[in-house]
Amino acid sequence: MSKNALARAADDVRAGHYAGLSIGAWRWLAAGVAIALAAALPFAASKYQVFELTMVMIYAIAVLGLNILTGYNGQISLGHGGFFAAGAYTTAILMNRYGVPYWATLPPAALVSFVLGVLFGLPALRFEGPYLALVTLAMAVAVPQFLKYFDTWTGGVQGINLIKVTPPAGLGLDHDRWLYFVVLVILVLAMRVAANLLHGRTGRALIAIRDHPIAAAAMGIPTARYKTLAFGTSTMFTGVAGALAAIVIGYVSPEGYSVFLSLSFLVGSAIGGIATIGGAIVGGLFIQFVPNLANDISDAAPWAVYGLAMLLFMYAMPRGVVGSPGPWFRRLSRRMRPHDAALRQ
Amino acid sequence: MTAQKAIMAGLSAVGLFLAVGLAVAAEHNGPGVSDTEIKIGNTLPYSGPASGYSAIGKAQAAYFAMINDQGGIHGRKITYLSRDDGYSPPKTVEQVRKLVEEDQVLAMFQTLGTATSLAVRGYLNDNKVPQLFVATGADQFNDPKHFPWTMGWQPSYRTEARIYGRYILDKLPAAKVAVLYQNDDFGKDYLIGLRAELGDKADKMIVAMQSYETTDPTIDSQIVALHASGADVLLIAAIPKYTTLAIRKVYDIDWHPTRFLNSVSTSVATVMKPAGVEKADGVISAAYLKDPTDPQWQGTPGYKAWLDWMKKYYPSGNLADIFTVYGYSTAQTLVAVLEASGDDLTRDNVMKNAASLHELKLPMLLPGITISTGPDDHAPIKQMQLQKFEGNGWKLFGNVIPGSGGQRDATASEGQGK
Repeated sequence: MSKNALARAADDVRAGHYAGLSIGAWRWLAAGVAIALAAALPFAASKYQVFELTMVMIYAIAVLGLNILTGYNGQISLGHGGFFAAGAYTTAILMNRYGVPYWATLPPAALVSFVLGVLFGLPALRFEGPYLALVTLAMAVAVPQFLKYFDTWTGGVQGINLIKVTPPAGLGLDHDRWLYFVVLVILVLAMRVAANLLHGRTGRALIAIRDHPIAAAAMGIPTARYKTLAFGTSTMFTGVAGALAAIVIGYVSPEGYSVFLSLSFLVGSAIGGIATIGGAIVGGLFIQFVPNLANDISDAAPWAVYGLAMLLFMYAMPRGVVGSPGPWFRRLSRRMRPHDAALRQ
Repeated sequence: MTAQKAIMAGLSAVGLFLAVGLAVAAEHNGPGVSDTEIKIGNTLPYSGPASGYSAIGKAQAAYFAMINDQGGIHGRKITYLSRDDGYSPPKTVEQVRKLVEEDQVLAMFQTLGTATSLAVRGYLNDNKVPQLFVATGADQFNDPKHFPWTMGWQPSYRTEARIYGRYILDKLPAAKVAVLYQNDDFGKDYLIGLRAELGDKADKMIVAMQSYETTDPTIDSQIVALHASGADVLLIAAIPKYTTLAIRKVYDIDWHPTRFLNSVSTSVATVMKPAGVEKADGVISAAYLKDPTDPQWQGTPGYKAWLDWMKKYYPSGNLADIFTVYGYSTAQTLVAVLEASGDDLTRDNVMKNAASLHELKLPMLLPGITISTGPDDHAPIKQMQLQKFEGNGWKLFGNVIPGSGGQRDATASEGQGK
């Protein structure tokens, strides 16, 4: 591009236009293309790959929950695996013991995880930073034990086998592809809800509480209420993800909800971009695929490879894959007009 | 017939012959099978807290390597695809699906762990994939009526408890029995097995039961309570850490009941020595494999063959580790099933042969213990031999005792995790 054209492009960027479309329009287009691609994928992929992609989306929903709490509201949680388990077991018990159809277990799972999150969020108000991290870690280590203890409800160590979901007749979809679409719809819904929440007043309040809690309180934001609601909303997302995971995998047991799961969510969140919505999908991809890839690369030390991958991502993209390009573009557009004071932010 | 018609007829005949031949050949090769290869799948915790079991997978791979060097199974080499599931059931589901759908294995072999094997049992049975020789002592894998494609291997915990029960009824008929058990399905399985064997005498003979959680720091109060019941027989159904504590405490409060230890906690290095060999003297347990550190096997041909194999194919393995013997013996069982299937290596035929083993002898099973299965009996090993801890090691005594074969105990507590 010539120097003039570059300058004109930079002007456009400043005005919020990229190649003729506003950034909002670009966002809609990108979302539409992404959804269309996602809807077409299962027909090109094998059953196993569809299953893997469904798990990616489920982890994305779980990570999205964590992004709301830790990324946008600054409350660190090392215990989201516990809420994932809460949603999973709610679904498992309702389906297995009470014969509730799988789709009808999602609202109760959401409710249970929301309530648990609020109950947890209230005492968590007293803790900040590393202390909150410890408290949530307690949740992560306690939940598998609770699950083993209440074994008349949870099946204990043996777990619960869920009834296999039959897709509705006439759609020509098999079990794996049907569940893929169910999860896709819920993911899109979750992202829409998150976007509405986070790009509006509530989001600004949450960010304010994260960045300047005293100033936020001074401005009249009811920090306690917002923080507790952020906790509940976050755990609700992760709980629904857990419920979907139970349905897709078809089995729940305490061994599947270890501390490592909670840590994986945090890793995925950071890698994708902790204060983003789209980053949740990158996080889901990381959680699902990187451990397996690490195993392929090194039989003997796969977790060393995993750690290395984490380090590389964080070094190259400290704000996560989705969070980093924004500041890059801003720096880039600044460099195009170095003498323009308005660009210096 | 004109020449043209004759040629057409000839070609059709050849074509038909080929088609039939191919069809017949295809019928005999299940998924994962070619003229040169048999693919077998496995999941095991190579990482995570249960990674101590990885020696089993390595031993199995080493055994198959030896078989392949010796020509394989009727000329076909075994490709052993063993994947890490980190002992996490969702991971097991993922890896098993990958093995079945992408790698197209003929059968799953020795999925390790109760929860992990349960996670994939439904899927494997729905897809008619053999789930052979599951690596766990839990009882639910002997249920051919509901899960005909699933089969265990080692004596179940209930079988073992029944063997202790039989000994008590035979040698200590007037006994008052106390039981310390881990408060989960592992510990409860022992209780169920013991009660099943004692039958209608169970309520009279079992005078006290105390459970513990794996989070408890000590079990002193439980031992004291059991002592207070006046029992003269104690069954310890616990993992190594708590077995050590129990042996010590029982000795320290000057209580000398006849003690039974479950076979999971018999390691001299991790249980008996820390407890104190003088305190552990006289405890009774059960075994079905030859312990590689037991001097009485040193000169025997079975042990020598195992030792030669270890040195050549698994030199990094620990010669004192019974997991290598376990891996060796399970691999031998699979090889026996595959060989019996001959050229008809379909999943159906493999499962049929797995369920028709008749008194198969393996060199590292205790003498007198054999493997037998049937369409109603998916418990290959049902016998054990009692052993007593004397001095510094375990001494086998008595005869090989048969446990209960066939279906699961009717007294089993159902309704969990179905």
